Amino acid sequence: MTTATAPAKRSAATPDLSRAALPLRRRAIDLTARLLMVLAVLAAGVPLLLVIYHVLAKGVGIVDLDFLTADIPVRARVAGPGMGPAVVGTLIITGAAALLSIPLGVLGAVYLNEYGKQSLLARVIRTMADVMTGVPSVVMGLFILVVWVLAVGEQTGFAAALALACLMLPVIIRSSEEMLRLVPDELRQASAALGARRWRTTVSVVLPAAISGITSGAMLAIARAAGETAPIVVVAGTVTWTNWNLFEGNNTTLTAQIFKNAVEPFEAAHGRAWGAALTLMMIVLVFTILARFIAGRFAIKNR
Amino acid sequence: MTSVTSISTLIPGNASAMPTSSARTVMQLTDVSVFYGAYEAVRGTTMPIREHQITAMIGPSGCGKSTVLRSLNRMNDLINGARIQGTITFHDQDLYAPNVDPIQVRRRIGMVFQKPNPFPKSIYENVAYGLRINGIKDNLDGRVEKALRDAALWDEVKGKLNTSGLALSGGQQQRLCIARAIAVQPEVILMDEPCSALDPIATGKIEDLMHELSRTFTIVIVTHNMQQAARVSHYTAFFTAEVDDKQVRHGRLVEFNDTGRIFTNPNDKRTEDYITGRFG
Amino acid sequence: MTQQPNPALAMSSKARSRIADRTFWAICLIAGIAVLAILGLILGSLISQSMPAFREAGLDMFTNTRWVPNDPDADGPAGPIYGLLAFAYGTVVVSIIALIFAVPVSLGIALFLTELAPRRVRGTVVTFIDLLASVPSVVFGLWGVLVVAPALVPVYQWLHGTLGGIPVLGRLFGEAASGRNFMTAGIILALMIVPIITSISREVFDTVPDSDKQAAWALGATRWEMIKGSVLPHSFGGVVGAIMLGLGRAMGETILVALVMGSAVQITPNLFAGGYALPGAIVNLFGESSGTFTAVLMVMGVVLFVMTVLINLLARVIVRRAEVRMKGATA
Repeated sequence: MTTATAPAKRSAATPDLSRAALPLRRRAIDLTARLLMVLAVLAAGVPLLLVIYHVLAKGVGIVDLDFLTADIPVRARVAGPGMGPAVVGTLIITGAAALLSIPLGVLGAVYLNEYGKQSLLARVIRTMADVMTGVPSVVMGLFILVVWVLAVGEQTGFAAALALACLMLPVIIRSSEEMLRLVPDELRQASAALGARRWRTTVSVVLPAAISGITSGAMLAIARAAGETAPIVVVAGTVTWTNWNLFEGNNTTLTAQIFKNAVEPFEAAHGRAWGAALTLMMIVLVFTILARFIAGRFAIKNR
Repeated sequence: MTSVTSISTLIPGNASAMPTSSARTVMQLTDVSVFYGAYEAVRGTTMPIREHQITAMIGPSGCGKSTVLRSLNRMNDLINGARIQGTITFHDQDLYAPNVDPIQVRRRIGMVFQKPNPFPKSIYENVAYGLRINGIKDNLDGRVEKALRDAALWDEVKGKLNTSGLALSGGQQQRLCIARAIAVQPEVILMDEPCSALDPIATGKIEDLMHELSRTFTIVIVTHNMQQAARVSHYTAFFTAEVDDKQVRHGRLVEFNDTGRIFTNPNDKRTEDYITGRFG
Repeated sequence: MTQQPNPALAMSSKARSRIADRTFWAICLIAGIAVLAILGLILGSLISQSMPAFREAGLDMFTNTRWVPNDPDADGPAGPIYGLLAFAYGTVVVSIIALIFAVPVSLGIALFLTELAPRRVRGTVVTFIDLLASVPSVVFGLWGVLVVAPALVPVYQWLHGTLGGIPVLGRLFGEAASGRNFMTAGIILALMIVPIITSISREVFDTVPDSDKQAAWALGATRWEMIKGSVLPHSFGGVVGAIMLGLGRAMGETILVALVMGSAVQITPNLFAGGYALPGAIVNLFGESSGTFTAVLMVMGVVLFVMTVLINLLARVIVRRAEVRMKGATA
């Protein structure tokens, strides 16, 4: 066996099995393909790192407690903080959107997974929920503008919450249904065998079993919604002072302020935009990490 | 009922299954153990694979026979964490030497799988695939025809070479897979329970085909069907699963011998128990 | 001394629980139907609000390239002109550029994840892609307009200098007055749609039956030959669906494009010129609009809605059919 690998000993009967014996063309194509795959990962990864770097580099010096709480300067050219109204707006508008969409979405998911299953209606709803995730957010903004803002006669934070809720709804339905489907049928049968009615089984057995997964999906939907801009600009208007009232008066969010300040020609406005971007990404990150954490716990519990 | 009488019924009067004693050793396994991560699936296997002979690997499920088969053309490399200890040689070359390219190994040691797995392409393209990737362009039609003829499929498909390989029956699909494997002219063909998904008639055709193919190729077949091993093979390796003192199961080669010996006069009691149906 | 159960009471409690069951079912059903209701309402309300535009501007909107909304009595035309073609052009061009960049990158990443990467690397890359998906589009927009656009101006000028002279093709590489143009917007938009195309393609590649890959390996295929022979033929339909989902996302993306592409209403082959897309027009112009102008913006909304819904619907059907076919093949 020691002599076998010596090239001199090779004859027609002892084939060359080394990589070098593979035709150069095949080796080159294979290597190129692998390189291109790695390059593709870098092509997406490097810009992502650059975005994060720039947001951090330009935002860190700006974000402080004052920035997070002070009113927005009325004139964009004025240097100094803050983004308080936008922070408050982001939190209460996204929060209200979550309150509106999560119960509706979870109940819709319960319908799809526990009642509708493969019926025609359920399949249509499923497909349409998928389609609805593709509806541009600006269209959702226009929709709320027509059915709410024009009817009420005022741009409000609540209108923005409605628009975000519409955007979140299909995401929550689909992710919750996914989680409900993971609940083993034995649990339902065990509950039914004890004489529990369908709704009782669902509320006291199925939903608790899926709750972490549903929460995790909801957190991701919230993170996504907090980053939406177009519907806010269309239906919430803008303010420079903190408006805690969702139902009266204009409101604003971090995203809307980034959009507004990015196109101002003033350094001070750009600084505030970077600060707002950093704040926004922190909020999104918190919800994303929360979602992962909760999902991780769910996975362990499942085992 | 003695074991001898029951065994003799397993072997039809089949002269072609007599081993050629002068056959060269193409491959040699020496003390081969296969690991998946820390788990040792098969322990210490030593056996030869002889040229132009059919070697059967039999044994109860979980005995590691498929695992050993897949280590012969380095298909196990594709499984995360799989590795082997010991040596497997092919024409006296260590198959697992650092300079050996598994792609070259698989080109020369082909494989046919348990479930027929033609590509979702035409019959012609299925057979031509291996030729194309190996850069063989001359006389493609002739080579495809030869492979299909050698796989005893030509007469059934010659009029519909452009239809999908998936449109064939299960037995035809398996012969198509054999045609695809032999088109690139390997030396050894590994067959992993090639008939377990087929009906008896299709199985019979493949078994006949294996006899024909053994004139040109060396064949190693894993089968759970003892009669099949007795009918087609010249040599038989009997594997079994053992539980060691740590309560871990390992596959183990019990006995390797001429098929006739294994089925009439095995050396090991466990082999005898298995083939007479007292075990497994 | 056990109390005899009152049959009437037992009946009523059973009936009550049945009512509770029906009520719960009805609530869930309504929640499910809400999706259909909202989609219907969107279409209905936007169409009804856009009717004035159809009455006054007519179908001319869809063929006219000129956009003069607030200039009824100045130099040129007699009344406002609402030609939407320039906006549609902007949307199409920027989406195509985005796809040209995003598709190879996404497929490369998806193949890397399913066929090449060791398990540990795979987890890291997946986290990275998730992170990319979680960056709000307005942050990409801010980055694009303040960092990328200025940085790319010299590159565009160099490209104009080297490629601008080529006949016909050179017209794509015209003067770059600023970095806010079709090209920059397309490139950054590509980053935004990479995660969705990647994740769907990955699912599609993952459904390729292992037996097909093994067959290719056993014939001595290299990794790329295995991918070309076994993975890609199986995945064609699903990948087309994934690309269409990416296209739908690209066409609907508003803020990023509005920030990075500038606001020039024009149809020009020059990829280094500014442009305007439909969603951006809605966001930027609705504040200053009224009457017919507002209705025209609603028309833009309807066009966007219908296009994205159709693309999404088609994409989902294609992806699902591809998946069913593959599962059928393995069964």
